[in-house]
Amino acid sequence: MNEPVSKPTLIRLKKVDFAWHAQAKLTIKSGNLCVEEHEHVFIRGASGSGKSTLLNIIGGIVTPQRGQVEIVGHDFCQLQALQRDRVRADHIGFIFQQFNLIPYLSILENVTLPCRFSKLRRDNAIERSGSVIEEAMYLLNRLYTKGQFSFQRTTSELSVGQQQRVAAARALIGQPQLIIADEPTSSLDYDAREAFMDLLFDELKHSGSTLLYVSHDPTHQHLFNRVADMSVINQQAEVAL
Amino acid sequence: MNLRLLAQKSLASRRSTAILTIVSIAVSVILLLGVEKVRVNAKSSFANTISGTDLIVGARSGSIQLLLYSVFRIGSATNNISWKSYQHIAQQKGVKWTIPISLGDSHRGFRVMGTSRDYFSVYQYGEKRTLKFTSGKQFEAVFDAVIGSEVAKTLNYSIGDQVIISHGTGSASFTQHKDKPFVISGILEHTGTPVDRTVHVSLAGIEAMHVNWNGAVKKRKTSKVVTESNLQPESITAFLVGLDSKIVSFKMQRYINDYAGEPLLAIFPGIALHELWSLMSVAEKALLIISLFVVVAALTGMLAVSLAGLNERRREVAILRSVGASHWHIMGLLITETVLLTMIGIIIGLIMLYSSIWVAQPLIEKNYGLFIPITAPNVRELGMISVLLAASFLVGLVPAYFAYKNSLADGMSVRS
Repeated sequence: MNEPVSKPTLIRLKKVDFAWHAQAKLTIKSGNLCVEEHEHVFIRGASGSGKSTLLNIIGGIVTPQRGQVEIVGHDFCQLQALQRDRVRADHIGFIFQQFNLIPYLSILENVTLPCRFSKLRRDNAIERSGSVIEEAMYLLNRLYTKGQFSFQRTTSELSVGQQQRVAAARALIGQPQLIIADEPTSSLDYDAREAFMDLLFDELKHSGSTLLYVSHDPTHQHLFNRVADMSVINQQAEVAL
Repeated sequence: MNLRLLAQKSLASRRSTAILTIVSIAVSVILLLGVEKVRVNAKSSFANTISGTDLIVGARSGSIQLLLYSVFRIGSATNNISWKSYQHIAQQKGVKWTIPISLGDSHRGFRVMGTSRDYFSVYQYGEKRTLKFTSGKQFEAVFDAVIGSEVAKTLNYSIGDQVIISHGTGSASFTQHKDKPFVISGILEHTGTPVDRTVHVSLAGIEAMHVNWNGAVKKRKTSKVVTESNLQPESITAFLVGLDSKIVSFKMQRYINDYAGEPLLAIFPGIALHELWSLMSVAEKALLIISLFVVVAALTGMLAVSLAGLNERRREVAILRSVGASHWHIMGLLITETVLLTMIGIIIGLIMLYSSIWVAQPLIEKNYGLFIPITAPNVRELGMISVLLAASFLVGLVPAYFAYKNSLADGMSVRS
């Protein structure tokens, strides 16, 4: 995969139209979004405003029927599905609202999972900490209450807050350029929410990754460089509201 | 990406269904390969029953019937052949040796066969193996008997023991030749053929015990003395022929079949064995088909389990997609799971098959006269295993396809 020469723009969506089915109503209409490197962008939107569709487009899971999608310098409308999967594996770390973890893998295996799919992130982890495991341990120890659980254990005994931290460690491992968080704190209580946000921003300072944060809850929007509303990004969102 | 590790962990998390699937695969492997092993060994032990004999000659009947009574000691002859005819054919040009066979008596369920001394040097079975003695020697005196290994083992006989021969072939015959007991002079080595279950005596011995008999009935008054001179048999049941050259075998067969003296039948043992085996191959095929269906059932069970679990795994698939897994990875994971389950099933099945052969070997040999050796899977068996693995791959394609469809609809977020 040819790496693009450092481009300041990580996400560029132009006039994107997308519908899940050929005959269905457009979920995203004339979508526009531009996110530059090292930016922390808060996208505000209620459910049904096309948030998860937007993230699926940015992740290269789906391609829009019309418009331009350029992610980390790659034109997603020109790439094969397999190549888009590669870009996602190499450059994007996701944190979802809940159920982020694979139940049959240990905490450590969950965190190191992206390094199984991306050589780039594996190499980054090794370069920074000597080994993938070391890097995972480092991230877990920073994000996690130390020594509380053995990282070899399965994730079933973790609280939701702990699960979200493991998910954050997984998104961050191997320093992907782009972190996408989709309501990562909505299933946490207030204290856990604050702690999680502190840890996330602390880690971003370290890694220098760009953050795209999607939420309907404006509580934390003051932490971000920029706030965008889904209704601005997606012409269709107004109708949905 | 190491899919095997993921597949392994995923299966381990669904341990109970995985184990049940493995067991069903293992059982189908045991059945499939077990049937195959029994079939192959039964066939080869069958084909090894007689060798080196060019023709079997008896009274005119069916070729399978002649083979059954002359070689397998099953059933009985419809008619005897005269000593004169036997002598005539034995003296034909091209005939190297002949072994007369005289049947009709038994000892505690084992057939008694009258024959000549040549039998012990000329008769061959398996890969041209001749008979050998574990102890003792061939019969010398009129009332000497040589017994097969199974007779010796079952009835716990040793050299010098006396045996009383019953008239007729039933296991519970009431007319016994009590007046003329035989003495065991030799015990043959195990052959895995009907020879093991035979009591061999000389033709003279057969004649001797029937002196003073008239057909099946004891004569009351006359009591001829048994001497060598009057022990020339008038008829025998069948005889085996060895020829100088295979080339003359067809000519000789025609000569015997056209023999004017009395109606005779000459058969090639190989062809008759083949005919007999094809009669039995119906059962063999039925067994094979049944075991194939068991394999299909096991694979279908695995497919059902895999499909049933698919809906619960939508989230897992979405997570894998989000961390960079392609559709190929997802499909590969599901296929790897089914192939892995099948491989474990095959390995466990093989272990169980071989250990049960190891345990049951002596029992099968004792009860059915069939020796099943512990040998590595042959080409055909390896072929079956490969086909099973390939089938498991194809079975894995089905959940893989549905997982792909689900994941297309779900993207990275499961909307449920």
